[in-house]
This record gives sequence, C-alpha cells and structure tokens, in this order.
Amino acid sequence: MWKSLHIDPKKCTGCLQCEMACSVEHTGAINPSKSRIKVFSFETEGRKVPYTCTQCTEAWCLNACPVDAIRIDAGTGAKQVFDDVCVGCKVCTIACPFGTINYNQDSGKVQKCDLCGGEPACAEACPTGAITYVDADWTGIDKMRAWAAKANTAVTE
Amino acid sequence: MAWNRKLLRVNLTTGTCTAEPLNMEWAQDYLGSRGLATKYFVSEVDPKVDPLSPDNKMIMSTGPLTGTMASTGGRYTVVTKGPLTGAIACSNSGGFFGAEMKFAGWDMIIFEGRSPKPVYLYLENDKAELKDASHLWGTSCWHTEETIKHELQDPLVRVSSIGLAGENQVLFGCIVNDLHRAAGRSGVGAVMGSKNLKAVALRGTKGVSGVKDMKAFMKVTAEKKKVLADNAVTGQGLPKFGTQVLMNVINEMGALPTRNHRDVQFEDAGKISAEAMHEKRPSDNKPHLVTNAACFGCTIACGRISEIDKGHFTVVNKPEYWGASGGLEYEAAWALGAANGVGDLEALQYANLLCNEQGMDPISFGATVGAVMELYEMGVLTKEQIGIDAPFGSAEALARLAEMTARGEGFGKEIGEGSKRLCTRYGHPELSMTVKGQEFPAYDSRAIQGMGLTYATSNRGACHLRSYTVASEVLGIPVKTDPLTTDGKPELVKAFQDATAVFDSAGICVFTSFAWTVADVQPQIEAACEGDWSMDKLNLMGERIWNMERQFNNAAGLTRKDDDLPPRLKTEPAKTGPAKGLVNGIDKMLPEYYELRGWTQEGVPTPETLSRLGL
Repeated sequence: MWKSLHIDPKKCTGCLQCEMACSVEHTGAINPSKSRIKVFSFETEGRKVPYTCTQCTEAWCLNACPVDAIRIDAGTGAKQVFDDVCVGCKVCTIACPFGTINYNQDSGKVQKCDLCGGEPACAEACPTGAITYVDADWTGIDKMRAWAAKANTAVTE
Repeated sequence: MAWNRKLLRVNLTTGTCTAEPLNMEWAQDYLGSRGLATKYFVSEVDPKVDPLSPDNKMIMSTGPLTGTMASTGGRYTVVTKGPLTGAIACSNSGGFFGAEMKFAGWDMIIFEGRSPKPVYLYLENDKAELKDASHLWGTSCWHTEETIKHELQDPLVRVSSIGLAGENQVLFGCIVNDLHRAAGRSGVGAVMGSKNLKAVALRGTKGVSGVKDMKAFMKVTAEKKKVLADNAVTGQGLPKFGTQVLMNVINEMGALPTRNHRDVQFEDAGKISAEAMHEKRPSDNKPHLVTNAACFGCTIACGRISEIDKGHFTVVNKPEYWGASGGLEYEAAWALGAANGVGDLEALQYANLLCNEQGMDPISFGATVGAVMELYEMGVLTKEQIGIDAPFGSAEALARLAEMTARGEGFGKEIGEGSKRLCTRYGHPELSMTVKGQEFPAYDSRAIQGMGLTYATSNRGACHLRSYTVASEVLGIPVKTDPLTTDGKPELVKAFQDATAVFDSAGICVFTSFAWTVADVQPQIEAACEGDWSMDKLNLMGERIWNMERQFNNAAGLTRKDDDLPPRLKTEPAKTGPAKGLVNGIDKMLPEYYELRGWTQEGVPTPETLSRLGL
C-alpha cells in the first residue's frame, strides 16, 4: 500500500520544523534553504501553507527528464531523483506545473521530495498534524468524516 | 558544534565590516545570546557611556540552539546600554531573524560607531555590505521590510528594522523583525536609530551543520517537544489563547494594574481578554482573532494574528491596517488597555499595530499614557498641553497619542521619553510606575509579592521576563507559592533569575519554562555543544551572567536606591480583590535577596562572590 503526504494548511503554525527535518534527513545539516517542503506565509491573511511534491502518477518531471534520472520507487511510489544520473539540465523544473522540483546550486542536481523511503521526516516533525502520511487512496478521509459528522442522521419521531 | 564560531564586527563610522573568530573560551562560560553578547559588551564598552553616543555599541546575538530543531530555537538578543534606564539593556526577540543569522554562518553582529548617513546592513552568507538607507529613513518597519525585499529581489530575506520611533529616539523604541516580533524593551531601537542604522537584512543558505551529536540531538529535542505538547500551559493554554490566557486570571487575583496602578482590578478586563478575541463581533460577525502563529522552530505557537474591525473609528479609510497582523498579546493588551482604563479591544489593537509598524514598546508606551491620564485627571496636565482630552478610559486619546508618540509630534515627544522623565518634569515623580526608569509590565506586585522583588532587582529595569515568579505564585510551576506573602520569595526570585539567564543564553524562548526546567534544556545543550555541560555548570553560569550584568549597572552608577518600587506600591494598599489591604513588602525582601546573592547591603557583589563565579 502506498501512502501520500497529506497537508492541512489550517493546522500549520509556520514553525518550520518540517523544513528543518527535511534538510537534516537529506543533507545532514539543519538548513531550511535546502528543504524540499516549503512553508509559505500569507501575512495579511494570517495563512501558512506547507507545500511539496504530490507524487503525480503521470509525473511531468519524470516524463520530461531526458536522461531518465527520475524513477518511481516501487515501495513508496515516490518519484525519485537519481543524483548519479541527473545532469542538472533543469528541464523537469520547467515541466512541473507546481514548482515542487528545484535545482540545488550546491550539488548541481535537482531535488524533490522522495518521501524519505516511506518515513517522511516532515510529517514526523510536524507538531500540529498539519502534515500527515496517510493511505494514498484515502487522503480525503478526514474531510469526509468532518462532513459526515454534519449530516443529519438523527432518528426522528 | 552548534556555534558558527564567527562574529561580524560592523564599524558604522568607517563603514567597514570585519569577520572575527568567536571567543570559544567565553562561549564555554557564557554559552551564547544574552550571556555571551553581554560578556562581549561589558568587555568593550565603558559603563559610563552615553547610550545614544557613538561610543555605545549594540550587539545582535544568537545562541547555540538558535536555528536548530530544539523547540523555540529561533531567538536572538540585542545587548546595549539602554537610554531609558542607563542600565544594561538586553532585549530578546523571536520570529525568523535569529535563525537566519545562524544559517548565514554567523553567531553575532557587533555594531559600533555611528554612520554619517542612514544605512542598512545586508548580510548574505559570507558577504556583508552596508547599503544606503536614505530612501528608507522616515518610513515604518513594515515599509522598510517590504522595500528591502523588493530591492534585493529576494522575498526570503529576513529583516530587523527600526521605525519612526527608533529614528526619533523614542526612549522605548524597539527593533522589529518579521513585521510583528520585537526586541521590545529598554529602548534598543533608539540606540539603533542613534547609529543611523535603519535595518539589518539577512539571507543564509549554509544552515547549522556543526551540531555535536546530531542523532542524539534529534532524539532529545523530539522528547522535549513532547514535554511541551503534554503540558497544559504550553500544549493547550498558550496555543489556544496565547499569553492573553492570563487577562481574566490575573484580574480575578486582583493583580491587574489598572489606571496607572490606582486599582488592581479592571471592570472591563473581560472585554479585552483572550476569550473576547475569540468571540464574533456584532459589527462584522467575525472574531478578532484569525489564527495562532509560531516563531521559528516553536512547537508552542502562542503568537496571535488578528484582524481589526474595518469599521472601527481608528482605521476608517486606513486600509493598511485592515489585513491580519500580530496582536494582541497579554502585555500589550494590559498596557494599552487596563493601565489606561481603556476597554475597547479594537482601539488597543490599533495602538498595538502602530507600535509594531513604527517600532515602539507597547508596555512602556501604554504605561506612560497611564501616567499622563492620571496627571490629566489631577489637573496637572491640560487638554491644551496634551492636544486632546485624556481622561482614563479614552480610546480616542490612546489612539491619537500612539500616533503622536511614534511620529514625535507635539506632546508625543514628551511621552516618548517615558513616564519617569515625564512625571518628574510635571512635579510628580511618584506617579511614574517604573524601576530604573522602565515601566512595569502587567502584574501588580501588591497581589503577587515576588514580582515586586523581580521588578526591583531586574538588571534591565522593571520587567517580568527576568524572573517570572507568576509561574510559581499563580500557576504553581514548578511549585505553588502563596502570592500574598513575601516568605521564600527572595530564594524564588534568585532561582528564576539564574535559570532564565540560561534559557536566554541558549537561544530558546523563556515560555518553554512553563514546562521545562534547566534540567530539560541541559541535555539539548549537551547534544548540540562541544564541551561538558553539567547542571552545576549551567546553574553557575546563570548566576555568573546575572552578576556580570549587575556589575555593569553598578559601574554605570546605579545603586541600592535604584532597586526600589514607587511609593504607591509600598504605601497605597490594594483596594479590592484577594490582596485588598496589602502593599508590596520590598523592604523586607531586598536585604534577604542581597544576602542570598552574596552581595553587600549596598547591592554590590562581594569579592568572594565574584571569585566563586569566576568574575
């Protein structure tokens, strides 16, 4: 069973623990500038929104890559960049409609969310449950439950 | 190691920026942030220096846990000599600025001299540059931050700046970062303004790579985050209600200073409380509060983000204030509200927004307005002098005076000097609710006795953040003590003062201490920092930092008489509430405190004490 990262922006406080955890997982250093998940703050609306790759089925990045450096991890479904193959051409960054694959000046390669091999560090670090890792077929289950709770099913006389 | 081992020295007079190695021997004895910056400051600056002269220096410093996954590890400290108090000034701020300084590869920035023209410092990793700020001078913190991001074409830059208050040398001007976080007290913004330094803009992409044992650090910081999450205050009260959770509690205790401390309970406390911020307004059917928000790395998220009522008289035709923004926190709600008898939540938020926009400490500003209103009611000050009728309870006066003070207009210029100078000028120094010239925060020491000693002995003037005995006396953390007696308070204050110095110097937020003790911080420091960090070492360090600050103040000319409360708190008993009939017992507590500290009865550390602390 594959799982998906599920993001509920309403719960996000903007603490950036996810960005730190992501960078530690992938670079060994605490460095939000190298994080593959990014929290956006819309100041005048008081909204914070974490955003990262949704692991598209027909992944634009994967299809655009001229050297087949992006492949599907059979275990997690993550579209994963293989650094030893990537030539840093950035075509994938143009192809991705969401901007969630980006070039890294330090490595000369592109980087994106790889679901940390099935244990995403961001979800683990999130203190409010704004980022969770759930059954890929049921990312909407919480919303469904919330609406179901509002349905009037009380027995009437 | 969690330090970058590097500081930047900026000579504003000559316009030069120089990198220097951090003194790692000192880091072992003073850790970072407040402790280490103060060590640098007292080693380099004459205690007698005029705070607003080029000879004063201003240090911005992170701690070893700043920019790490330790919860609340986003703090930075500004250390200088304060113009409001003539004492050591040490103001701490959250937001995202401090962490960015670490990510750019620096631990600390020391500013010295005075720039011949307005400038801002732009620090991008190793590259430091002083840039012209003539076009930013005369504008707000908000405008400055936005303009700098725009002209550097980098929305990810983090900015600290001063607004009109700092430029006009309002003596309680502050330094605002990330739009609504502030190094708020003791007038650090006025010092920055005196140096013609408008802002500091940071961008760091290096990260913190030197944590001593990353695996152990990740494990222990995760455990300690759970302690915060499981605690009723840090896990529930603060995220839901913010610091404003205290408004009704403190009012019921009869400890809410009202109308310049004439009263200890405010009849409209409920209208300006956390609960009121959650309620829908009749005017637009929206609650005042939009959401809570966290500073960098903080898993508590006490910050308040609110939206003012667009139809309120203060913001009609002023769309720049209509968006969601920071506030109200408890201290601001009290100082702008209860201290002046103003029960109009929207007016308080407007004054608070102005404080954020123009860089003004809402505590000192609000408390000074309280003194002005009392002088007005006594007939000492008139409408003609002030420019507006200013009785207690006037939201119009509060809003107008906030504008005038930030802009240095008319009577606002006098308010900008703080209540001590203002009350003295008008012949009533006894009405200034201050210690060492700094205004009290939101706890009446007649009903919370330990806070009297806290205020009297705070090295930066009256302040709740140096030994928050409210935790013990009100909330029972770590143990419940009776707020109405002085018994045991000297020990309590000393213990809180020393422990708080450790929290501050680590680079974390003192609010963690509702759930953590130094014993919770110790393993996080141990995993992050090179060296051995025993509890004994940290406890001694806290005490060392406290005494170092005290020595500076003594050398600056402060004496025992500056460790005193205004006569009102010692002679006018609380009129209502549980403390009815009580005054503060400072005269009983102070000698005992001096003795516990190993100081003479003149408040001077003895040679034995200094030698024990390695000072």
